[in-house]
Amino acid sequence: MPDYETLEHDVLVIGAGGAGLRAAIEASAAGVRVGLVCKSLLGKAHTVMAEGGIAAALANVDERDNWKVHFADTMRGGQYVNQWRMAELHAKEAPDRVRELEAWGAVFDRTKDGRILQRHFGGHKYPRLAHVGDRTGLEMIRTLQDHGVHQGIDVYMEHTVLSLLKDDDRVVGAFGYERERGRFKIFRAKAVVLATGGIGRAYKITSNSWEYTGDGHTLAYNAGAGLIDMEFIQFHPTGMVWPPSVMGILVTEGVRGEGGILTNKEGRRFMFDAIPENYRAQTADNEEEGWLYCQGSKDARRPPELLTRDHVSRCIVREIKEGRGSPHGGVYLDISWIKQKLPNAAEHIKRKLPSMYHQFKQLADIDITEQPMEVGPTTHYIMGGVHVDPDTQMSRVAGLFAAGECAAGINGANRLGGNSLSDLLVFGKRAGEFAAKFAKDNSLGKIDNNKIESVVREALAPFDRSNGESPYQVQKDLQDTMQNLVGIVRNESEMREALGKLDGFKERAENAAITGNREYNPGWHTALDLKNLLTVSEAITLAALERKESRGAQFRDDYPDKNEEFAKVNTMITKAADGSMNVRLEPLPEMPGYLKQVIEEIK
Amino acid sequence: MKATFKIWRGDAKGGEFRDYTTEVAEGMVVLDAIHDIQRTQAPDLACRWNCKAGKCGSCSAEVNGMPKLMCMTRLSDLPLEKPVTVEPMKAFSILKDLVTDVSWNFRVKRKIKPFKPRSPDAPDGTWRMQQEDIDRVQEFRKCIECFLCQDVCHVLRDHQMHERFIGPRFLIHVAALEMHPLDTEDRIEELRNTQGIGYCNITKCCTKVCPESIQITDNGIIPLKERVVDDFYDPFGWIWRWMKKKRNS
Repeated sequence: MPDYETLEHDVLVIGAGGAGLRAAIEASAAGVRVGLVCKSLLGKAHTVMAEGGIAAALANVDERDNWKVHFADTMRGGQYVNQWRMAELHAKEAPDRVRELEAWGAVFDRTKDGRILQRHFGGHKYPRLAHVGDRTGLEMIRTLQDHGVHQGIDVYMEHTVLSLLKDDDRVVGAFGYERERGRFKIFRAKAVVLATGGIGRAYKITSNSWEYTGDGHTLAYNAGAGLIDMEFIQFHPTGMVWPPSVMGILVTEGVRGEGGILTNKEGRRFMFDAIPENYRAQTADNEEEGWLYCQGSKDARRPPELLTRDHVSRCIVREIKEGRGSPHGGVYLDISWIKQKLPNAAEHIKRKLPSMYHQFKQLADIDITEQPMEVGPTTHYIMGGVHVDPDTQMSRVAGLFAAGECAAGINGANRLGGNSLSDLLVFGKRAGEFAAKFAKDNSLGKIDNNKIESVVREALAPFDRSNGESPYQVQKDLQDTMQNLVGIVRNESEMREALGKLDGFKERAENAAITGNREYNPGWHTALDLKNLLTVSEAITLAALERKESRGAQFRDDYPDKNEEFAKVNTMITKAADGSMNVRLEPLPEMPGYLKQVIEEIK
Repeated sequence: MKATFKIWRGDAKGGEFRDYTTEVAEGMVVLDAIHDIQRTQAPDLACRWNCKAGKCGSCSAEVNGMPKLMCMTRLSDLPLEKPVTVEPMKAFSILKDLVTDVSWNFRVKRKIKPFKPRSPDAPDGTWRMQQEDIDRVQEFRKCIECFLCQDVCHVLRDHQMHERFIGPRFLIHVAALEMHPLDTEDRIEELRNTQGIGYCNITKCCTKVCPESIQITDNGIIPLKERVVDDFYDPFGWIWRWMKKKRNS
């Protein structure tokens, strides 16, 4: 076997967005040696794109808020298939995690009395999102990054992990390559934390960057962990739709939090037309009340634009399908109308939503203080992921932890805006803490050289094929298929068709050829990432077929209603002994009485 | 409509511009053209990118000689009758094609003293700050670390003084820390000695290329220069800062 560079750490964290950085900081604080691997440069992970804010019941703006309300909101938003224990821990610990960021130098927008300001967001009963204009994610990742680099963490930028390494039943490291030279490296570790984010690149229209190819999902699946809730993919209601080159880029929910309204081509505020029963009591029934809510009136109820993302996306799709969409196949999102209400509206918009102003001005020639935006749903986030123990974040594979988007459980069938950044902090910390503990209780394992050799052979195979197809083309066809057949509205026959096509893509991916050498070769990386995209695409489709109902982000037109049978189960994907993908329904743990009571009280 | 792109291809050992012609559609940015070329003609063309919305600062390059984020540079703003040149940033050494070795920036940042807050203002461990007191710091914290300001700074670009000057990005980083209402650390001595603030002669090139419109020179570097001068050349200022430091520690 060639002599691959071998690096040793106690805890290896894969992924350097919010969850990975937070995990690395925590593990390091526990006194173990930490390695942090990131696919891009440090500070460029998808967390940087988060706009709206971090949900935490600080109660700085509305003193009625507390962890119980946040917990109840999260469970309602997730249609009660969340792992209740994760939702509980998240609601209880998020405030401390936000305050900790301030102690590390984050500079949040302030209330009049000098505390952290909080804003309204969809599905949250009270103004709950700590924020910095509409660039909260940047503030968060930079704070963690700048704090993290002083904690003695070894950072490996532009490295990609190809496989986890196991010694018997335990994960003992990872094997990957560095982008610059294309050299392989062995990372030995006593515990591994996956924090690789999402799968957005499986879809054509997405807010996600090239990195989000389901790497952690696939690494965990191949190592023997289970994936739950893979059918639940959040299509964010407001992505840009025009011009075509920017299609999918996110427009923050903060626009609606600040009073932005959704209208169709007839000028109608269509969100008032279908308010779901379980939200009716919390939702404004007239436009004035909705505006007062956004202005901070405590007696007003939230406007229907701030209903959960799954619902808003479906309403937008309905308007477009029924011919009431905007010229470029979206609907209108209008914040400029607030000039009827505020004397200095243009300035207010620019201050509250500076990057949205900038983004539309520069990319679409639209001045959002004067004109409405055109928006439509975009693949944004996957609620599903690695099944973990709620307290420790360890998967069912010893020594393998997961946190953030690539883990699952807190969000159930639909994630509330703002709950992702807080999830990254709360469970990133927990994963780091328990991974460090696990590392202290275990030694380095044996490295399986045969495994490494087979990974290397497979990784280098695309260089040996002289006349195969371009991996970019396979990726594009896969994205079209997932978008068209396993998208916002699903049914059995289309998803069966998708499964057939996925088999074809697998074959094509195995014959994909590339040119050039191993140094910083994006064609090669695309070929390698394809395997992960294919794995998560199959998992999504199988899970979506298994859940024969519509709930949260999963909408099936062959089963348009919720079904009690599926109210207390998660789909679980595992790898069978013969290498095939298995799906089954797994009962949810029973919620304890005190939490049931919380949900009852806060109806 | 078609347009031609002259893209620099090569590595640390050398390289050349190569022409690629691709279809141009409404609303396209330079990064879209690069991706099209990558997909159809040059699959191993190396470039960095992530968010494609001007938020991550990965896709910095020089477009027609100007330091730009490729994702925010509209083709409709460029003269397409002649080839559009796209080349890597010049202040850093080349890794491959449009990708440069920016690791120096990360090493520089690690050497800057981190944030050190005063003790909390309230018993629950929190602080109080007024919005108007943090507006300036928030302006600096908009930085997306695209390093275009470093690229265009002549101290780094032409004189290659990377070992003696931290560049506008990190002067702004120091300014954000120094002007943070809660911070108690003192970074003035290093600014003058090891971080080389004196090398900046305020040509404002950095400010001009900042995609976040941070007033790097006026709001950041000049006030820092004033602090350095106050500290080292004004005896009253020196005593005042020394007393302040004592009080804070």
